[in-house]
Amino acid sequence: MLRLNEKFAAAIRAHGVETYPHECCGAILGRDAAAARDVLALVPLANRRDDSPRNRFEITADDVRMAEKKARELGADLVGWYHSHPDAPARPSEFDREHAWPWYSYIIVSIEKAGPQAMNSWRLVDDRSHYDAEPIEITG
Amino acid sequence: MPVKILIPTPLRAYTNKLDTVEVQAATVGDAITALTSQFSDLRKHLYNDEGRLRSFVNVYLNDEDIRFLHKDQTEVNDGDTISIVPSIAGGR
Repeated sequence: MLRLNEKFAAAIRAHGVETYPHECCGAILGRDAAAARDVLALVPLANRRDDSPRNRFEITADDVRMAEKKARELGADLVGWYHSHPDAPARPSEFDREHAWPWYSYIIVSIEKAGPQAMNSWRLVDDRSHYDAEPIEITG
Repeated sequence: MPVKILIPTPLRAYTNKLDTVEVQAATVGDAITALTSQFSDLRKHLYNDEGRLRSFVNVYLNDEDIRFLHKDQTEVNDGDTISIVPSIAGGR
């Protein structure tokens, strides 16, 4: 289970609204434990896919290293990534699957013209065949 | 010669939870091959079906991306550190 407070959930939705109709993206820092994975901070990042930002996002390896450094400074782990799907459901695409690793939490928020819609988290399974939904608990 | 490979957190499930693996190698390519020979479950997360490194998997020697050195032929020296760093991509 991924546990995040309402402030972080609102920040992800707001980032998606801000970049709409382009995809937003960012890093999720937290602590992983058997019972739950707690989100401690978000690092909003630039979508580096200048050529097709409406349906693709990219976070460069340099940005990943920067996010890992921030996690170390916080005494946390880099536990996952978030991105938005403008005018599309909050579930992973085939393109997402090809570019993922297990263990990370992948939060996807659907953004429509009317505003943010569903937000879900996903984990790639070991054999890379599909994602499992990861329950999200939003705390006060 | 001995080089250290830093294992990113998501892949430690495939290295018996080790965060660092030391291998003997002359080049970065040899080092990654030695790593995946030792821990074969890593292969599918690093390589695609054609046996090439997945496009989002980046390899650094110390602080340099090996694409800007001599790629997998980059020679390693005693005490060097190799990092495996994903770039994150996706979209609807």
